[in-house]
Amino acid sequence: MESQKSSNSANHYENVACPFCGILCDDLEIGPSGDGLKVLKNGCAKSVAGFERPLAEPNPQVDGKDVSLDEAIATAARLIRESRLPSFGGLGTDVDGVRAIMALAEKGGGIVDHALSDAQYRNFRVLQSSGWVMTTLTEARNRADLFIIAGSDVHKLHPRFFERIVCNEASMFSDNPPKRTVVFLGEGLNESAVKGQERIGEVVTLPVKTERIGEVLDAMRALNKGATIPGNDIGGLPRAAVDDLLARCKAASYGVVVWAPPSLGFPSAELTVQAISEFVKDINLTSRFAGLALGGNEGAVSAGAVCGWQSGFPLRVSFASGKPDYDSERYAISRLLFAKETDLLLWLASFSPDLTPPDTDIPTILLGTPSIKPARTPKVYIPVGTPGLDHTGVMVRVDNVVSLPLRKLRQSKLPSAASVLEKIEAAL
Amino acid sequence: MLIKLTGGKVYDPANGVDGEVRDIFIENGRIVSPEPNAKVDQEYALHGRVIMAGGIDPHSHIGGGKMTIARMILPEDHIGNEVARTELTRAGVGHAVPSTMTTGYRYAEMGYTAAFEPAMLPANARQAHMEMADTSIIDKGAFVMLGSDDFFLRQLAGKADFSAIKDYIAWTMHAAQAIAVKVVNPGGISAFKFNQRKLDLNEKHTYYGVTPRDIILTLARGLTELGVVHPLHIHGCNLGVPGGYETTLETIRGSEGLPIHLTHIQFHSYGTEGDLKFSSAAAPIAEAVNANKNVSCDVGQVMFGQTCTASGDSMRQFVNTRSADPKKWVVMDIECDAGCGVVPFKYRDKSFVNALQWAIGLELFLLVNDPWRLFLTTDHPNGGPFTWYPHLIRLLMDKNFRRDMMQKINQDALKYSTLGSLDREYTLYEIAIMTRAGPARSLGLVDRGHLGVGAWADITVYDDNPDREAMFTTPELLFKNGELIVRNGKIVKVVNGGTHVARPSYDRGGIEKSLKRYFEDYHTVRMDNFRLSDDEIINGGRGSLIIQPTRARAA
Repeated sequence: MESQKSSNSANHYENVACPFCGILCDDLEIGPSGDGLKVLKNGCAKSVAGFERPLAEPNPQVDGKDVSLDEAIATAARLIRESRLPSFGGLGTDVDGVRAIMALAEKGGGIVDHALSDAQYRNFRVLQSSGWVMTTLTEARNRADLFIIAGSDVHKLHPRFFERIVCNEASMFSDNPPKRTVVFLGEGLNESAVKGQERIGEVVTLPVKTERIGEVLDAMRALNKGATIPGNDIGGLPRAAVDDLLARCKAASYGVVVWAPPSLGFPSAELTVQAISEFVKDINLTSRFAGLALGGNEGAVSAGAVCGWQSGFPLRVSFASGKPDYDSERYAISRLLFAKETDLLLWLASFSPDLTPPDTDIPTILLGTPSIKPARTPKVYIPVGTPGLDHTGVMVRVDNVVSLPLRKLRQSKLPSAASVLEKIEAAL
Repeated sequence: MLIKLTGGKVYDPANGVDGEVRDIFIENGRIVSPEPNAKVDQEYALHGRVIMAGGIDPHSHIGGGKMTIARMILPEDHIGNEVARTELTRAGVGHAVPSTMTTGYRYAEMGYTAAFEPAMLPANARQAHMEMADTSIIDKGAFVMLGSDDFFLRQLAGKADFSAIKDYIAWTMHAAQAIAVKVVNPGGISAFKFNQRKLDLNEKHTYYGVTPRDIILTLARGLTELGVVHPLHIHGCNLGVPGGYETTLETIRGSEGLPIHLTHIQFHSYGTEGDLKFSSAAAPIAEAVNANKNVSCDVGQVMFGQTCTASGDSMRQFVNTRSADPKKWVVMDIECDAGCGVVPFKYRDKSFVNALQWAIGLELFLLVNDPWRLFLTTDHPNGGPFTWYPHLIRLLMDKNFRRDMMQKINQDALKYSTLGSLDREYTLYEIAIMTRAGPARSLGLVDRGHLGVGAWADITVYDDNPDREAMFTTPELLFKNGELIVRNGKIVKVVNGGTHVARPSYDRGGIEKSLKRYFEDYHTVRMDNFRLSDDEIINGGRGSLIIQPTRARAA
């Protein structure tokens, strides 16, 4: 692969894609540092933690004791064969990793679900019930004159989002692009990235409790249709502030509402996503506007996409009957574990050591990064490499449109999750 | 190993063979002419059977993010259409938007060996190829979308040197691993992002000042001079608009004799007569196609039932959301590159509009004289799922069946169509042209779509059943690259198909100098990462590349 070539010198790489959040920034420069790697340019807290993690190559284990890879694979295959209803969760991996999980889950008659599905389902439920108008990162970066950040502390999930998409200097459509307005709609959102930035005109803060954002959007939608809403308070905001926000939306040449589903951690948060989406749909009757959903860390978008194209359904699919059986409530692995409806968990976490398997007393097969520290000793542990660090791969970006190639940046003996899963499948 | 197919009636229009009884020999995956005394290792006695090359679908949305959105948006359409895993085949779902692997199996079970994704956005090319890699058995290829991407529009508005525009077209084909180029609502997807709601052929884009006519002519001329075999694949302006046929006629007249392919022409053949201001304009469109030999088209036949439309035409799809059934839909602006709209549709035989759409498609089939320039498609899944093809073939081959079907639809619709007066019945030879030889020739597939010596042995064997729907639904045998894949409509072997690409010559250094800067200043992806490598297609054997020749580049 051409883009795998290092530039300048050995082990010095430019235009590296970072798999450690859903945005997949691909402008990183990475070079050697002692035995490891150093992010030389365009790093953030997440990418530095990921790329600069020291290389460790522990042995596979069964019951906490070192074994050969073959023995670990044989044990994993036996456990799956003997399981009544295995679960394949975590899914922190790249496209080939998900492809391998899908094949294994089909053959093993099990259930697939991603660790961050609860958040993704805040979006999927809206997609499946009413749909939306969406945009993508490059489109928003060049076109938007109004950003509304809805209830999401974007920094925590995506440290470079504002730098790359909101505060960028150049615009495709003007040598001297108009200054942007950024509205923070929510509680205690970190505004530091836009304050004092050349590209930003106004920063508007609208302190709304996260779970009341939907109320504000629903009211704006009704007002936009000409309805009258009594009272001086909408979602805890003064009426005038809501009127002003609606006026800004109508005047924008291209407005974008940004949300990160993981930030909307309250019951029925999909209704907030739906309120945003329906408002955006309606305002598009007269002017252009779009949603932009963030999130999608730990390979969640790749997992949803591959499961979507291979099975027809976006995760939470059971292959127990041989056919894909879809139920977004029933086949949530967290629920299956709680209800003890599954008797084996295979957990895959190849990016972050923090994506540990749920604390469960059912047997667990863990395919994880070497530094992962599960709460209990898994029945089988197979250390795997990280796509984009230890081996090549591809991931789907948070906007569900762009996919990026991941490179191998260091020499490691760690196998890819896909290769281990394929061997387990062959041994079944 | 030498395989002999003995005594079948061969329909091989590329070689002028019309139902002659012939033996076919296969060795090392290809059709051969063995020495007279060569030892035959395996023989299939096919007396009375009909033999054609494997089917080729030149326009079927099988890959790319919009299909996966369509899959995810319609779980209810999958329910009852789930497909279980077998020892050979993977699980999946069927119907309106089948899952990837099931798509491949269903094409193979129907005797098809290739399908082409006509709307691959450059920004989404990697995912489109990943989805196609997971589409079993069949070969595939994709047409990369240009014409609403800002780099091209900037080139056009800035009156860039034509050679640089050609370099950019060629660069995009290489970068996206494409075999052809498609333009969708030329400039219109971009114009919609600037809040323009329509863009007629001679109307100016509010920001770039260029017209769809400029875009079409530039791309058509560029491709001709680059030597790309498949002409510019045009999804014209005003899709689905009553009266849109005039734009279609103007597009044909305005093509200045350059080769063009008008896709899903059924959706572009609507007149405005009658109380509902919606009528068939199939006759003038067919007349124009007949008279202009530079034009080819595919139909995009509407079939009744649930489907999901998925198109790059975000401008027109946004309007179509009013008719979404069920009422949910997705419209996207994509990467200063393109857009998409995914809108579920239920075509009803008792609906005046839907029945007329059905009739218009059939009229076009029956009024266009030359099957070499007209291909059999439903624009899967837009007009209906590709699994309707056997039914559609029977509608074309059997006028009594067609008349029976006409009794079942909205009768008012037939008053605004000439369908009832058309008696034409397609022959097997013509069907073989429309579904094999024609698409292969149009796409420049040198050794597919025919049964001459040297061709890859993609061969379908049918029972010569007078019920043509039954015949084409369940072929007896399908060989892919000489291997037996399907027997009596059931998969017996699974292989990975290849990916057809075309690689016109261009000045890579020159165009990449401009592109690198463009990507770094404006995009969120670097140029090097935008481009797909060959290794990504091959992916350790999951896929393979089939590089089709282009003609010499002019200037």
